Amino acid sequence: MLEVRNLTVRHGYLQALTDISLTVAPGETLAIIGANGAGKSTLLRSIIGLHQPSAGSILLHGRDITALPPHARVREGIALVPEGRRLFPSLSVEENLLVGRSSRRPGSWSLGSVYQLFDWMGERRHEPTVHLSGGEQQAVAIGRALMANPQVLLLDELSLGLAPTMVRRIYGVLPELVQKGMAVLLVEQDVAQALRIADRFQCLLEGRTTLEGKPADATTAKIEAAYFGLAGRTGPGSAA
Amino acid sequence: MNWVNAIVQGILLGGLYALFACGLSLLFGVVRVVNLAHGDFAVLAAYLALVVITTTHVPALLTFVIVAPLFAVFGYGVQRLIIQKSLEVSPLTTLLVTFGLSVVIQNVLLVTASADSHSFDLGSLISAALRVTPELSIGYVPLMIFVTAVVVLTGLQLFLSRTAMGRAIRASADDQEASSIAGVNTRHVFGIAAAIAFATVALAGLALGSSSSFDPSAGPARLIFAFEAVIIGGVGSLWGTLVGGIILGVAQAVGAQIDPSGGVLAGHLVFLAVLALRPQGLIRARLAV
Repeated sequence: MLEVRNLTVRHGYLQALTDISLTVAPGETLAIIGANGAGKSTLLRSIIGLHQPSAGSILLHGRDITALPPHARVREGIALVPEGRRLFPSLSVEENLLVGRSSRRPGSWSLGSVYQLFDWMGERRHEPTVHLSGGEQQAVAIGRALMANPQVLLLDELSLGLAPTMVRRIYGVLPELVQKGMAVLLVEQDVAQALRIADRFQCLLEGRTTLEGKPADATTAKIEAAYFGLAGRTGPGSAA
Repeated sequence: MNWVNAIVQGILLGGLYALFACGLSLLFGVVRVVNLAHGDFAVLAAYLALVVITTTHVPALLTFVIVAPLFAVFGYGVQRLIIQKSLEVSPLTTLLVTFGLSVVIQNVLLVTASADSHSFDLGSLISAALRVTPELSIGYVPLMIFVTAVVVLTGLQLFLSRTAMGRAIRASADDQEASSIAGVNTRHVFGIAAAIAFATVALAGLALGSSSSFDPSAGPARLIFAFEAVIIGGVGSLWGTLVGGIILGVAQAVGAQIDPSGGVLAGHLVFLAVLALRPQGLIRARLAV
């Protein structure tokens, strides 16, 4: 469904991503893991269109969307839950969700179904989002992305700044989304959490893929080596 | 009674300042552009109205039906074609671009319309007034301008808080990047915000031409008053522009009462006092809601 081909992204002189390729199929969850500065967020931001790559392409259903601006990619069926949640502070919970409807993509998600997914949200829909806890804000950010009826959902560091129980609750909604055939691409610093939920993972180090495979097939030692670059730079390995 | 009269006239003058200030505030609050050509666009609208009056013989007070929509379209174009490009370079560039527009407008008007000052011919309406008491009368024209300002601000408030486009404008003002990934076409949204700002500046220009006179170089002084109203009221707050406009208007009217040439100075002093004592303005900054 989503395919990234040989993507290279630069921030000025810094090459943030080098020759990254990946695919995510409907109903599949792919986790991108890696240390700080490995290029994980840059990858998601490039897929939604906030960074223009210097080489490579991004395809959705085989259609090249590399040249489209972010709002047009949302219309095509990609949505991002950004790092730090990025809610609109002067808008209420419900207004935040409604902004997510801007692309007018048809689909099953609506205010009602989001309030069903997060049962506390309906009662508090008129509150400004600054009154919410971190976990509640994260739920609103997810709801806002779902309102766009995406086929591919990009999740950037959902666990950041949240208590472990809250992290589990937030990730608890993922299986329901995947079951509906959504493709999920998630970036996570909490490697254990990411491997628990993902069908496949890809480890980035300094903008390159150092390891990819299925969580069950990868040993801790292999992941540590790929994560920290202990195995030397001999190019991508494979755990599968 | 002279003092009451001065305060009432000052309040009415505040309506004119609010009309000038709300477009400036909107453009700054949403697009983050300080439009240095704001006053000049108002003057341009007044000249456009003169052309409309002489060619179609529409009464001066009805020209807004033609001029405001034209300016809205014009504003959308200016935003998409000129300001947006400069925004993507740097904030300083937008300042230079709007300054450049100011210079260009003034000189084009000077060349095409001469330096003579003009005002709209309103017939007997210009001196007609509502006599409240023997000493206090309220002119119809300032009253109409004040009412227009209140109507415009109320309409803008409702538009921003109740409509989907208004919501998109507020979201983009909060966080442009976040609103683009939520599916909002932020360039179009900025264009709409500019269109609204330009429609209000057109009304301000017509109000200027109805209540006093204008010439090609009248813009910058109007810009100063609009800035002062915005800052006194609180940057980014719509009703703040009315509060700021009224305080500025009253200060000028009372100042002029004390010393006939001290009006403008009194306004500046009140502005400086607010800037020193309460730099965030009197009304908490928040776009609509």
